[in-house]
Amino acid sequence: MSDTFTLGGHEFSSRFILGSGKYNLDLIRAAVHQAGAQMITLALRRATAGTENILDHIPEHVTLLPNTSGARTADEAVHIARLARELGCGDFVKVEVIRDAKYLLPDNQETLRATETLAAEGFIVLPYMHPDLTVARDLVAAGAAAVMPLAAPIGSNRGLAAKEFIQILIDEIDVPVIVDAGIGRPSQACEAMELGATAIMANTAIATASDVPAMARAFRLAIEAGRAGYLAGPGRVLDRGGEASSPLTGFLDDDPLDGAGLDGAGLDGVAR
Amino acid sequence: MRHTDHMGYYPRQERLGSGLMDQVLTRVAATDFSVYTSRDVRAALSHRTRTIDDFAALLSPAAAPLLEDLAVAARRATWEHFGTSIQLFTPLYIANYCANLCTYCGFAADNRIQRMRLSPEGIDAELRAIADAGFEEILILTGESPKFSDTDYIADAVRRASALFRTVGVEIQPVNTDEYRTLHEAGADTVCVYQETYNPVAYDPLHPGGRKRSFPYRFESHERALRGGMRGVGFGALLGLDDWHADALATGLHAALVQKAYPAAEISLSCPRLRPTVADATVNPQDVHERQLLQILCAYRLFLPYAAITVSTRERAGFRDNVIGVVATKVSAGVSTGVGAHAEGLASGDEQFEIADGRSLPEVCAAIRARGLQPVMNEHVLV
Repeated sequence: MSDTFTLGGHEFSSRFILGSGKYNLDLIRAAVHQAGAQMITLALRRATAGTENILDHIPEHVTLLPNTSGARTADEAVHIARLARELGCGDFVKVEVIRDAKYLLPDNQETLRATETLAAEGFIVLPYMHPDLTVARDLVAAGAAAVMPLAAPIGSNRGLAAKEFIQILIDEIDVPVIVDAGIGRPSQACEAMELGATAIMANTAIATASDVPAMARAFRLAIEAGRAGYLAGPGRVLDRGGEASSPLTGFLDDDPLDGAGLDGAGLDGVAR
Repeated sequence: MRHTDHMGYYPRQERLGSGLMDQVLTRVAATDFSVYTSRDVRAALSHRTRTIDDFAALLSPAAAPLLEDLAVAARRATWEHFGTSIQLFTPLYIANYCANLCTYCGFAADNRIQRMRLSPEGIDAELRAIADAGFEEILILTGESPKFSDTDYIADAVRRASALFRTVGVEIQPVNTDEYRTLHEAGADTVCVYQETYNPVAYDPLHPGGRKRSFPYRFESHERALRGGMRGVGFGALLGLDDWHADALATGLHAALVQKAYPAAEISLSCPRLRPTVADATVNPQDVHERQLLQILCAYRLFLPYAAITVSTRERAGFRDNVIGVVATKVSAGVSTGVGAHAEGLASGDEQFEIADGRSLPEVCAAIRARGLQPVMNEHVLV
């Protein structure tokens, strides 16, 4: 059975999205060949890098996801997105509006403004955001094709710091939820997928690994494992104590005065 | 009007009164670097984020024997925040007239050097020559002469540069907020202002005349630039002028406070050391040898891991090649500190100081790649 997801009408089978912010060509090769990435973000500010053009290293079958990194306002993000489209980078755009140069945290309000404008212009908008349910709803209403909540600050490799809030988005938002930023280890990517995330975006975790291709492969396996676990429906987790494998109401079958027990139907006719 | 108080302002110099200067000077004056021990240094290395006290420990004599540990931690921080990217840029000196009397600078007004400023056509020729070499980021520099390199002249150069380069920075005399706004609207996005020394007592005799004599006006330049719309600001002390421990502490603290007050600001640090000049070949960085310079660079990286760190061609090629990736994220190449030196057929003005690494852009790119890093020609789309 195929297990794909769609963004703006485009179908993807790989649930790993590579961020290219660390600008490592080995990383791009490893992500495509070892992690099977079908989508790679592209900072427009790095699209032409003089002696090294990152576009030359991205295979044609990989979808470009230009981002608006560097934008401090919605207007700047819109301007960058339009430039990206004019440069032939396609209709996808990852909206990043950041007014914090230290932690690179997104500005949800400006992100929403940019999303409204760009979605109206026909872009397939994927906004990078704080996992705030109200804002996520507004982003969807504005036309976002997905939401991209951060798990932890960009580049921190600190994992699912925002787990509870990402879970709420997964539960409540009807467009794909792509966990972006902060995922540091394959196990964290796996956990996010087990929660029900649609896809994982990572960059630093792989770019800063000792063995980049091996880590790219590990991420692919972890994301696939997490997805499979989610689809399988994880068994319940008990907060405390244990649970008898026999039903707590099983003894009722033994009641000699219960007619239901006598005819053999017991409680089997009742959902349990 | 004769101006003698180096802690005052000249007429028409804007006063911000933000209080950051007092915070920096008070904290640095209260710091005794001799109290720190290797234990303090190791504790500072182990912390996830570092306090100003940690930063002082990393700059202290106690950290010197632990330089390798500092370098390992700094390389990790650089890698985490910048990956393999090393940005390249080149400076363009468009004028070397100067109205200041700084005792250590080749451009000082009382030095008998060949003065000139580029005509608009000369600026275009230089810009084209630099762009043809492959650069996409340029830093426009002048001597500090309100008469020969006023804001309108610089703004015109910035507009011309913006047509050819994706990032344009300026390193010019400090100006008021409205003038920074003019330069930003012309296309400049970053401003570098070096305080030279953060010790007001040492600053006084080093700057006997000219508007640069105002210590607080220079100190507040970064804030004015940001208020004028600039995206990034660069900080630095000219190492070798005074006690480097205190100057490095002040530089980092100044940058950190500006970052806190202006969260969107992109911070960069430079570590220029004194170099011989046309006027005085005996100038040298005194007690700031490469070992000390590396300690400072590592301390900067560990205290401000997100800040870009530039290592200029004041340093020799071997040093630069070894600090890229460990601490440095930005290097210059194809550098001349003279006026009109890039395009053929232009008369040239004397250089501000002697450079130590005269390699071309392809040579520096090759050295970056040899370290497993990626040369990157631009970081921004100007919007």
